[in-house]
Formats: sequence, C-alpha cells, structure tokens
Amino acid sequence: MSNAFTMRDPTGEAASVQRERLKPPPSLDGLTIGLLDIGKTRSDEFLDSVDRLLTERGHTVRRYAKPTNAKPAPIAVVQNIAAECDIVVEALAD
Amino acid sequence: MPRPMPLSPSLPTDGLIVVAKRDCPTCTLIEPVYRELAGGGLPVSVYSQDDPGFPSNIKGVRDDRSLEASFHLDVEIVPTLIRMEGGKEAGRRIGWHRGEWEELAGVRGLGKGLPAQQPGCGSKSVEPGVREQLLARFGGLLKARQIEVSPMEDPEEVCFERGWTDGLPVVPPTDERVVRMLSGTRRDPQEVVGLIPPNLAECTVEKVAINAVMAGCKPEYMPVVLGVLEAALLPNFAMHGLLCTLYFSGPVVIINGPVAKRIGMNCGLNALGQGNRANAAIGRTLQLIIRNVGGGIPGGIDRAALGNPGKYTFCFAEDESDPEWEPLSVWRGVPRGKSAVTLFHGDGVTAFVDHGARTPEELVRSMATSLVAVGHVKLAQWSNAILVLTPEHYRVFREAGWDRRRITDALHDATTRPGRDLIKGAQGLHEGIDPKFADQMVPKFWRDHGLMIVRAGGEAGMFSGIIGGWSAGRFHDDVQPVTKEIVE
Repeated sequence: MSNAFTMRDPTGEAASVQRERLKPPPSLDGLTIGLLDIGKTRSDEFLDSVDRLLTERGHTVRRYAKPTNAKPAPIAVVQNIAAECDIVVEALAD
Repeated sequence: MPRPMPLSPSLPTDGLIVVAKRDCPTCTLIEPVYRELAGGGLPVSVYSQDDPGFPSNIKGVRDDRSLEASFHLDVEIVPTLIRMEGGKEAGRRIGWHRGEWEELAGVRGLGKGLPAQQPGCGSKSVEPGVREQLLARFGGLLKARQIEVSPMEDPEEVCFERGWTDGLPVVPPTDERVVRMLSGTRRDPQEVVGLIPPNLAECTVEKVAINAVMAGCKPEYMPVVLGVLEAALLPNFAMHGLLCTLYFSGPVVIINGPVAKRIGMNCGLNALGQGNRANAAIGRTLQLIIRNVGGGIPGGIDRAALGNPGKYTFCFAEDESDPEWEPLSVWRGVPRGKSAVTLFHGDGVTAFVDHGARTPEELVRSMATSLVAVGHVKLAQWSNAILVLTPEHYRVFREAGWDRRRITDALHDATTRPGRDLIKGAQGLHEGIDPKFADQMVPKFWRDHGLMIVRAGGEAGMFSGIIGGWSAGRFHDDVQPVTKEIVE
C-alpha cells in the first residue's frame, strides 16, 4: 500500500539525560559519610573496615543496607541516604 | 482488540453512500440504480473500490482505491448502501434488495427490470491481509516511533545495526505485522503492561507486539507473551537482579494448561531443545523486551560471567497427558484447567542418567546424588532447581503410586545432609556453608519452592534434566519462582 518501508521502534524510546558527576569534596571534615551494604556476601566485612578507618580519623559514619543484592535499593533507603549523608560509599564484595 | 473507528472527516455526514466495485457482478448489474437514488432528493455519494470510472453514469464518483472510506465505513460486502443523518449512520443495506433499498433511500421504482434481489460480493477492504494493512494505515492504532528504511537498505540489517537483536536475525516489525500481532489480544495497544527493568521504561501492549513480531511469534501467542511479561515483573521474580547478575541464570518459562496445546507448544520430544515455534518465540520475546524496552544489554547492565544459551530463549510446556499428575501450576496454586506461566531463574540443563533404578526409593536416592551438585555440592539453600522428569523415569514413580508431592518430599529428604560435611573447610574445600550449621541436618533446597518438578520429554530415555537456579535463590523471601494465571 505504501512505497516507503517503515518499521516500528521496539525500544522504550527514552533518551538518557547526561548529568555531570559531582566533584569530590575538597575535604571530608565535617561531612557525614554513608556506607551502603548492597547485600553481597562479605560486603559487611569490607564496610566494617572502611567504617573503622573513617571513624578512627574522626569522621561521622552512618550505615545503610539493602535487604538483598538481587533487587534495587528500596526507595526509602535511597532517600534516607540522600537526606542524612553528604557522601556515600556503595560497596561490592564477594 | 478494540478498534478505534473515527469517521474520516472526508465522509459525507448526510445523505446516501454507496460503496461498490466494478469487479462485482451485482454492483454492475444495478448500475442504473445509483443514478435513480438521487430521485429522493438526498445527496448521493458513490465510492468505487477498483475503478473510478465506474459507475459510468454518475459524475463525481469517489475514488476509493485506497479503501480508506471502505475501511472507515466498515464495509464488508459490496454493494453497500448507507444512509447518514447528522454524521451518524441511520441505516445500512448490503447486497441488492429492491424493497430494502427503496425503503432506506426513500425512493420508489428502483431498478425496473432488474431482479428483486441479488447477493453482493466481498469488499476489497476485507480481502485476506488487506484488513491489517488498512488498520495499520488508517486505524490510528500504532503510536510507536516510525523508522524509515531506505530501499537501498536491508531491513534485517537495519535491525542489527540499531541494536535490536539478540544476535540472531529478527522479523522486521512493519505496521502490518504489528497490527496483525495486536489482533491476538483484546487489550488496548496503548495500555501499559508494566515498567521494564533496568531502565524502568513503560511497556505498552503495542511495544510487546512489536517485539513479539521480531521474535517470530504468531498473534495467538500474545496472551501467553503478555502473561509471561507480567509474571516477570512481579517483585519477587527480581527481574532486574536476574538481568544484572554475574551468574549464569536467565528466565526459564514453563507453560501449563489448555493454552499450551492450543498454540502448539512442545512438551514432548526435545521439549527443551530447538524446533518448536511457540516455545522458541515466546521465550525470545521476553528477552527482546528486556533488551529493547528495558535497555538490558550484555556488557551493559547484564554482567553475566558466562551466561547460558537459554538466554536466547528457554520456554517449554509441561506434559499434562497423565490426568493423575498434578500440573506444576496447580501445585503452585492456580486452579486446575486454567492456563498459567511459571518463571524460574535458570541456568543450562544438566543431564541426570539412571538406567538401573526400578523402585522409586532407589531412583530418588540416585537423583539426589546429582541434585546436591547444583551450584556446588557443599552449598545448601543457595540456589533453587527444577527437575524435568521424563516419561521413563516418571513410570517408575507412577507404577508405585507416587504422586508429585510424594516424589518432591522424598527428594527433599534425600538431599538433606549433615552440616558437618558441608561447612567451610570440610572435605578439604573452603567453599561451603556457615560452620554454625555443623551439628544440624541441612536441606539442599527450600522446602516450599526450592525444588520444582516438571514433567516433559520424549517417551524413550532413562534420563531426566536438572535445571540449576540462580545464586540469589538463597534469599528465600526476596527471590522466588513465580506463577501467574494467563488471562486469554
């Protein structure tokens, strides 16, 4: 019926927004650092070490955890980190 | 499928409309009538489907070779006489019938000397394949972005270049094919089925149909495809995590109930292998939707170390030929007689061979030796598994009167082992379970959903199949196989 061969786009037709990375803070002094355990095996061991090293240096550390590494972080966890922390360390271990 | 049918603005809102074609003997027989219709004082518009020079006795015949008017008027037979009043259809007559035409047109003495009645012919707008073309062109059904392909390009190569395929060729999703696919469901093309991970992109029924075309589906697979997708989006299936994992797993699709037979799925010989269109295309559609709509691409967010060939497609039906066998879907809570999909996070197939066991007790013990190896012999409640029970092995159980529950329970018992043999360091292997379980008996699989039996396979062969599951199976409450009724 039509001369032009057309197809329909099978994708989500979404375009990514390019966002600049935040610059690292010049100093950790006075900042609250969140440590997010994503639920991988031995993530806790790794984060315990990071926690100890930061605390020894006098930094404020808060701990967060995903219930399982098999699912994205619950929105409440993400919002709490954003509300309570200046920076976050998201750790992977196995 | 709902069919939006806005009357085209170019159609007359008042008066008489005749749709005819030269190729129809009845249409040509009553040629004088078209002119006589004007005697009632109503404006008359004659649409010709194949020859704007017909009828030759009328000036201003409307050329409907595009069939747009015929489509919007939903004409199935020619000649069709329609009376419009204020933009609405006040009446319609199909074929030639003097009395009916005179009544509708308000004109006496139509077609003197002609037979009183004669049936018409099929409208060109309902010829095979044409209806889909017209729906695609004039139906306003499709909203997805159109991609133009130049005559110099090969459409299949364009699909590759745009990254729309799993590595194998796909069927180019033309409007006609997508519209035909949509005819397989009553759901609105623009209804959102769900948000597809990882990008959480909205997926409409239309997008499902586009990917189903590409995967090679037939329209009658659509209810199953939609059911599979909805099941994959249930929170406890954790599709996002399954996609991202380093582990081998991908979705394994098992279909139960009458729909499997109706669309010709394979549950017999080579059930887990190649060669059946429905099995292949339904499993592939799910993967293409996750790739194309969700943006889940190997090397992108799909981080599998090895993956497995089932990530192209892994879909089969359960053999329900034995009325005494409780289908998987029924065991999982769907009423008997209903169609359902079960999704499992599966790897490849491991062969289990036993030619010797003649009692159910021995066969269970024998199967347990292989089942405990899923993931790692020393791991427990770490990944789930499917046992694909073939007819020759099932016969051993059936002849002894064992049903699904008894076999499942016995396999759980036979795969429960002393923790001291499994803890880290035991047997000279660091891999293993937490030492706190040393003094306990430790089941290999979660008792409720950790081991699912599916009957399938050809009549001959003392083999069964073991499909190992994802490492995230260890999160008992958060990651589970899912079962969902398929709504047709």
